[in-house]
Amino acid sequence: MKAAAFDYVKPRSIDQVISLLQEHGDDARLLAGGQSLLASLNMRLSEPRLLVDIGGLDALRGIGVQGGMLRIGALTTHTEIEGSALVAQHAPLLSAAAPHIAHRAIRNAGTWGGSIAHADASAEWPTCLLALGGAVVARGPKGERRIAADDFFQGLYATALAPDEVLVAGEVPLATPGAWFAFDELARRRGDYAIVGMALTGRRTAGVLADTRIVLMGVDSTPLRARKTEALLNGKVADEALAATAAASLRAEIDPLPDLTNSPETKRHLAGVLLQRLLNGTRA
Amino acid sequence: MADLYPIRVTVNGELHQCSVAPRTHLVDFVRDTLGLKGSHLGCEHGVCGACTVEFNGRTVRGCLTLAVQADGGTVNTIEGLSRTGVIRDLQDAFVQRNALQCGFCTSGMLMAAKELVEQRPDANRAEVREWISGNYCRCTGYHAIVDAICDVLQQRKAAAGRMEASS
Repeated sequence: MKAAAFDYVKPRSIDQVISLLQEHGDDARLLAGGQSLLASLNMRLSEPRLLVDIGGLDALRGIGVQGGMLRIGALTTHTEIEGSALVAQHAPLLSAAAPHIAHRAIRNAGTWGGSIAHADASAEWPTCLLALGGAVVARGPKGERRIAADDFFQGLYATALAPDEVLVAGEVPLATPGAWFAFDELARRRGDYAIVGMALTGRRTAGVLADTRIVLMGVDSTPLRARKTEALLNGKVADEALAATAAASLRAEIDPLPDLTNSPETKRHLAGVLLQRLLNGTRA
Repeated sequence: MADLYPIRVTVNGELHQCSVAPRTHLVDFVRDTLGLKGSHLGCEHGVCGACTVEFNGRTVRGCLTLAVQADGGTVNTIEGLSRTGVIRDLQDAFVQRNALQCGFCTSGMLMAAKELVEQRPDANRAEVREWISGNYCRCTGYHAIVDAICDVLQQRKAAAGRMEASS
């Protein structure tokens, strides 16, 4: 299908973007890479009156280390993250997750900030941001503020961004010695949205786990932390027995939402499979 | 009705200045406004890959890119790449390996294949399959397409080796 008609504006400054959002409210949508937005417009799931194309704001591009964090500008593409040596060094979880995002042509256009602001519970970047304990940098009429990933994802496609705020960057802490991570997805075909996906992060000292985060994608209306199972893992040595116990704990802890083809029971089972695989695969 | 928006875009080396409706996506623009019918429109929501074109040197989904977003940029379609000869080896290999039947997916498939052989010259068979997973083909079962791309990877590697040896 073709998108319904809309007006288009391409601002030259973030301040102009903010005033357009204030003026047009819900009638306006921000266009970054457009890889989710344009699909939903073509299917007429969404019919905004105005698209505000932020693609000309070069200040929102780029990857750098700043104040002990890896800061990734909102307009950085998935492909740029996938190929970045800085990301591989300081946030290798992102390097591991990037190839799972759709397909190359989509990764060439889709953006880090667009994915996080869209907040699809089946998408990789919201899951990774939460697993790394990162933060969103938002700019509004009163200036910039940081929102922790733990507070950012609030519901189905709903975030803590105010209607007149723009997500300008996402930050994650730099990987330290002893930090470990694991990531995988179960999907019918490469590049499809995952039936269930998982990011694990934490520290490991002489095999003993600490500060573990388990974040699930595709099971709830937001990326979901499994806090009870995280607590069960901390302070223990990850062996096969622990992986089996953790998988059982996770299946008891979560209450997955079904999708068109997969029941809650299927997702519950697969979440346990993933956790067990990731814990066994990354054991020192 | 939304106003038309003026754009300047270089397509296959030629600068075009046009006015487009903001909702017009890039593939409708190249097909209907410029008359370049080699890029195809399949699903129109980013799944099938038939509309893949090159924008500023990288493949994109033509149905998930607006023509207005291409303002000031450079677009290459299958017509341009065919004319310049940069994918001649891929096209020959597709014919030789019988990697197309109806041809609907072929222009998008060649776009993906071009980016692959340029960006991942050492790709193995599994990586080729993964790379083209965003382009649907309903005729060939993919096997012949993977064969053709692997042939070209090997040919280009051999040619690069010869150039190095003779320098």
